[in-house]
Amino acid sequence: MGEPLLSVRDLVKTFPGRRSRAGRAGAPIRAVDGVSFDLGAGETLGLVGESGCGKSTTGRMIVRLLDPTSGTVTFDGTEIGGLSQAQLRPHRRHLQMVFQDPYSSLNPRQTVARIISEPLLVQGTGAADARKRAAELMELVGLIPEHLDRYPHEFSGGQAQRIGIARSLATSPRLVIADEPVSALDVSIQAQVVNLMEQLQRELGLAYVFIAHDLSVVKRVCDRVAVMYLGRIVEIGDKAEVYGRPAHPYTKALLSAVPLPDPAAERARERIVLLGDPPSPANPPAGCGFHPRCPKAQEVCRTERPLLRIVGAGGAASGGAAAGGRQAACHFPEE
Amino acid sequence: MTLLDVKDLRVAFDTPRGTVRAVDGISFTVEAGRTLGLVGESGSGKSVTSLAVMGLHRGAAVSGSIKLDGQELTGLGERELGVVRGRRIAMIFQDPLSSLHPFYTVGEQIAEHYRVHFRAGRKAGRARAVEMLAEVGIPEPARRVDEYPHQFSGGMRQRVMIAMALACEPELLIADEPTTALDVTVQAQILDLIARIQQERGLGVVMITHDLGVVARVAHEVLVMYGGRAAEQAPVDRLFAQPAHPYTRGLLDSLPRLDDADDAPLRAIPGSPPSLIAPAPGCSFAPRCARTIAASAEEHARCLAERPALDPLGTGHWAACHLPMVPSSGKAL
Repeated sequence: MGEPLLSVRDLVKTFPGRRSRAGRAGAPIRAVDGVSFDLGAGETLGLVGESGCGKSTTGRMIVRLLDPTSGTVTFDGTEIGGLSQAQLRPHRRHLQMVFQDPYSSLNPRQTVARIISEPLLVQGTGAADARKRAAELMELVGLIPEHLDRYPHEFSGGQAQRIGIARSLATSPRLVIADEPVSALDVSIQAQVVNLMEQLQRELGLAYVFIAHDLSVVKRVCDRVAVMYLGRIVEIGDKAEVYGRPAHPYTKALLSAVPLPDPAAERARERIVLLGDPPSPANPPAGCGFHPRCPKAQEVCRTERPLLRIVGAGGAASGGAAAGGRQAACHFPEE
Repeated sequence: MTLLDVKDLRVAFDTPRGTVRAVDGISFTVEAGRTLGLVGESGSGKSVTSLAVMGLHRGAAVSGSIKLDGQELTGLGERELGVVRGRRIAMIFQDPLSSLHPFYTVGEQIAEHYRVHFRAGRKAGRARAVEMLAEVGIPEPARRVDEYPHQFSGGMRQRVMIAMALACEPELLIADEPTTALDVTVQAQILDLIARIQQERGLGVVMITHDLGVVARVAHEVLVMYGGRAAEQAPVDRLFAQPAHPYTRGLLDSLPRLDDADDAPLRAIPGSPPSLIAPAPGCSFAPRCARTIAASAEEHARCLAERPALDPLGTGHWAACHLPMVPSSGKAL
């Protein structure tokens, strides 16, 4: 990888804790606690983890729907994490987002033409040109351009998600943050949208940050994958390595928990069932955040927070995470 | 032993836009100690089927037969149904938080059914609640029995729901997407819990889900629903190894899989699910079906015009398809 398109360093987001009834503020919640990664042009990084792990918050900070508490987001050589919204506007066209729920992310009182052309109008394109472009985009995502003047409720869930994708592509972005783009869709429709996103990536050279809890979908679409737990990346690396030989015990447990659509394989496989629930980011455990559920936890895991470091052969030689090597934050990684 | 025997169940709702045939002639059985997986996408009628079994279909026209241990449930009055519901058939839902009352402790809610059905006092009810919380694996049950639903995590709430459902020792448990709202590591715990309790008690289970992975893990028999009808019915191994209905095949092909070696594009099913208001006369999957499109003109016309019957294709295996992918064994159901 040459100069990365997107470079995220030590990204942190804390939210104020919930006030008690007496009016005292609770401890701040560190939703994202020091996330760093690079993404090259035309690449896909999968961001996976369970609810509350900070994957959506990370995505929202990259497009600046949320302001980072600290850390930097460098997009195409410019540090955008600290820009004002006005300074950010010229960069916005290259940086777009697709949301999980197609209906709640589309204004029900606007026509599809208006929804798709909105980003263009904001960027100063004339109304007639924007409408023409909207029709092209409809076609690009597999919808009928004649339906431009319909409203979101006239489309099915899969079609509505295509509208969301069309909107995100209106300004010809280089990076799309897709936050659970297919998890609200039925299986047969999900495959259509996954295929569409892959096809658009090939045709337009898009880079994706693909945020999802479904590990099977992420495996399909991404080149590299980052596994998050409690606001931190616990493992990051090439898809084949992370899925094939997970180094972090959490990654291993997560993969083994996914039910396979194959009864014989299901009966035969070794499964690691984790105890308990993911802990609350309001009250994270000391040391390694995963230690209370970890089958391999030792004394050091309870006291000392493990940092991401290179694991496995080839990682060191290829120069670390920035160059696509695999890293895990564990005192006792599977080598 | 056949615990639940459903025959030709039909559920229709009158809406301003017309009659919605949510369930249009479904038959299945559930044996004690076995799990039937009811699979389908949104709007396929799987949840409506389960609500009809529970007698919870408000304002819908229901016909057909639902027999529990030989006793006919359709046509029972609210009072008689009350004896069955909760006591002999219990149900758990997708979202435990909206199924639990926020103002009552979990102990009171678990005990409520038990006290009604067994005419037990407050003290006996509480003891039963503690016992049930322990059985579903909640630590410190004697303390947590007095806590409120918001004090439990998502996975723990689903355990509370299971404790509540099983407090009266029902024979049949209907689980409607019980793990869909849960994280995958917690889902594994809940599925294991249901399987353990099923083994211990010989419980019949209907597992309603859209997740074919969950079906592969827990089900013994599977019923695949499409557009309110049964598309295919088979023992679980057979269904996954030799699906006969092009819809089942399509679902399996469209799934991204963890154990796939290669990353070829997913084979999506084109189009969207059918309308239930004015169903087409023929096979409801025909407009999306690759086999229909590839068929001869004569066969093609038949798929569009004639509704396929559920044909037997081997032991316990049926498919409603004019062009099944497994040869028909020739005998009608």
